Amino acid sequence: MSQIIQFSKGFDIGISGTANQKVHQIDQPDTFAVKPSDFRGIVQPKILVSVGDNVKAGTPLFFDKAMEKVLFVSPVSGEITEIIRGARRKLLEIRILADKEIEFKQFKQFSKSDIANCSRKEIVEIIAESGIWPSIIQRPFGVLANPTEEPSSIHISGFDSHPGAPDIAFLLKEQGEEFQVGLNILNKLSKGIVHLNLNADEEIASFFIKTQNVKISKFSGPHPAGNVGVQIHHLTPINKRDIVWTIDPVSVARMGKLFLNGQYDASKLVALTGSSVVEPRYVKTYAGACLNKLLVGNVAGNNNRFISGNVLTGENVGENGYLGHFHNQVSVIPEGDTEEFLGWMLPSFKKVSFHKAFGLLSFLFSSKENIIDTNTNGEQRNFAITGAFEKVLPMDIMPTYLFKAIIANDYDAMEALGIFELIEEDVALCEYIDVSKNDIQAILRKGIELIRNS
Amino acid sequence: MKLIQNLFDRIKPHVEKGAKYEKFHTLYEGHRTIFFKPALTTGKTGVQVKDAADLKRLMFTVIVALIPCLLFGMWNVGHQHFLATGIDASNWDKFLVGSIQVMPILIVSYAVGLGVEFTFCVIRNHPVEEGFLVTGILIPLVMPATIPLWQVAMATIFGVIVAKEVFGGTGMNILNVALTSRAFLYFAYPSQISGDTVWTYLGDRTAVDGFSGATILSYGAAAAANGTDMMDDIGGHWYSGMFDFWNLFLGIIPGSIGETSVLMCLIGAAILIFTGVGSWKIIVSVFGGAWFMGLIYNFVGANSFMLMPAHYHLVIGGLAFGAVFMATDPVSAAQTETGKWIYGFMIGVLTIIIRISNPAYPEGIMLAILFMNVFAPLIDYYVVDAHKKRRLKRATI
Repeated sequence: MSQIIQFSKGFDIGISGTANQKVHQIDQPDTFAVKPSDFRGIVQPKILVSVGDNVKAGTPLFFDKAMEKVLFVSPVSGEITEIIRGARRKLLEIRILADKEIEFKQFKQFSKSDIANCSRKEIVEIIAESGIWPSIIQRPFGVLANPTEEPSSIHISGFDSHPGAPDIAFLLKEQGEEFQVGLNILNKLSKGIVHLNLNADEEIASFFIKTQNVKISKFSGPHPAGNVGVQIHHLTPINKRDIVWTIDPVSVARMGKLFLNGQYDASKLVALTGSSVVEPRYVKTYAGACLNKLLVGNVAGNNNRFISGNVLTGENVGENGYLGHFHNQVSVIPEGDTEEFLGWMLPSFKKVSFHKAFGLLSFLFSSKENIIDTNTNGEQRNFAITGAFEKVLPMDIMPTYLFKAIIANDYDAMEALGIFELIEEDVALCEYIDVSKNDIQAILRKGIELIRNS
Repeated sequence: MKLIQNLFDRIKPHVEKGAKYEKFHTLYEGHRTIFFKPALTTGKTGVQVKDAADLKRLMFTVIVALIPCLLFGMWNVGHQHFLATGIDASNWDKFLVGSIQVMPILIVSYAVGLGVEFTFCVIRNHPVEEGFLVTGILIPLVMPATIPLWQVAMATIFGVIVAKEVFGGTGMNILNVALTSRAFLYFAYPSQISGDTVWTYLGDRTAVDGFSGATILSYGAAAAANGTDMMDDIGGHWYSGMFDFWNLFLGIIPGSIGETSVLMCLIGAAILIFTGVGSWKIIVSVFGGAWFMGLIYNFVGANSFMLMPAHYHLVIGGLAFGAVFMATDPVSAAQTETGKWIYGFMIGVLTIIIRISNPAYPEGIMLAILFMNVFAPLIDYYVVDAHKKRRLKRATI
């Protein structure tokens, strides 16, 4: 039997433009890109291809000098057209002009019984060379998992509670078998339990219920109930020297496909969301897709922000930017780069706020269809208000004191106050509701890097 | 609206980096953001949308919560004036006389305070902060209506510089700024802010026979000193019924401008608690602490002030105003949730101890809050320490 864990802390930002559950046929984008910056913890990427090379889906593009066995591969087949470097020759993007028909590099195929007989070492090698490994993330710190370590448990969040997030069960439709195979493989990676954490507030898809070899837990409450970090905190809290791995469900199914078909299949459904999308819906493409073709003819207005991911943790990539490796969602919202006369004072029913401060009346309606732009709604200030961060972080952690410890470079306090349990997405709501408009996610990352490198 | 925008746009080239009046850039920005919510957008990474509330709006919420106290205070100043001078007057006249007396204090407080604030912004090149919007209205409300304006100016300068700017501005201060201003006057110019004659504005009229401007707290202190029965003394007040419980609750009594009415403070408290800007834990625990200490004094009962029913403590002096608007200042209060209970309770307890056991200070709330402001970081330190230890325990199981 599964247990239900209830949260009352948190906040659902009612943003309009959640995708309808239908897949729209599109012309595939011409170019795709792999961005090393999508993967936290890469020390020094070493590139394996050069401009003009032809690659298949699954051909290695680069590896990290710190973990030479783990290869980062191409999501599609085609020709390398550009290798973009930034300041100090930092590798930013590898762009690939895709073939019309995707060709796959062939890896070893397994039957289900073969997998059961595989050793951990064999499995690790296959995952690492095929490009699946970078989807496994290590907690603490939210960085690439190290194949030479063994986690005490593995966690998968089976739902996404971010604003306008895609329905994970819909993303995995008709991939129940591959998902189960993926879970079986994960069981080989750790002697501990593989946790599948599901949403207690919605009907659970049948293939989730049928899964085996996992411990199912259910979570109920507003965002961040779907964040795997919050779930881990309530199931197997992380302390110093603990290692827990997390992986997203889409990558679990991809892992299953790799073993059954011998192919690195980076295809995925992507939800096109946000108030500036005319028809919010799903499209099928590959990891790293250029956004332009996904959204062609489907965007209203001409001053919009194009975000790979959701509005809390996503990245502003621009109209012709590329989809992030972990993102199953594109958000398009209006830019808020205009002044508003007495905008800080006048009453409004439309402005979404966690606070009920004077004149912010949106709480009266709790509409799920609000248009929210990118304006910061105020300038950056010192921390002044207390007790608010605590209301959106359903963990036994004192966020204000942790952030202050990070700002003060107080290593002992950071450790004691629970920095091992958090990554950026867990404090994104704190950043959203902060009336002092500080970049909380950046502050947390600074603290994480200080601890990692200490 | 476009007109104001154009005006700002015309000034802009003169205050930009490298221009002649570059130094006044923060002032320019500060004023522009009062008229217009700025056109800033979120960064490339991090959250892409932000909450509609900012510090300005939260501060404005506090000001809205203070308006009932301010308006009632204006009326009450007039009301006490006509009562003491024995003249019948309409409520409008009372309000008029009161506002003529109060408005200059309010204007001086804001003008001087913002002047200091702006000077520091220019010198130290930091943005104009919202903190003084609230402080500027709190200072007049804790002054007697008869306070000389130059003293208001002095107090404001002292408070803003010593209590706030030297620590680095809003959000960094340890002491409540408005109370520091008041404490400055209390010790520097005690004769204009304490005693029996300052609380009622008489103007150039003479008071009626038998008039006494004493507050109930000075009745208490006098009764304790003379060994008389306090409740008998206030029963014999020159204006019958002045110190009845419900009259005290409504606040139709002499006192500082904005602090007399518990009812208005509770309306303010309702606004602060509903909007989440003020901590209900602090407000409740201050009242709780005061009542608890009042009961203990009832039990000791060494003089008639101690025997005053404990619930009277909640409606006299500035306890309610302090609990709702001063103790809840999020910057100078305890910041942990457990700490807020301890902090508030101790303020209540200390207020009553100062009231009853220290004849030199008839009212204790100001000193109690300042004292606990200093101790708030210590309370938080132990609460956070306990939290750390609990987390550590979890790790070692």
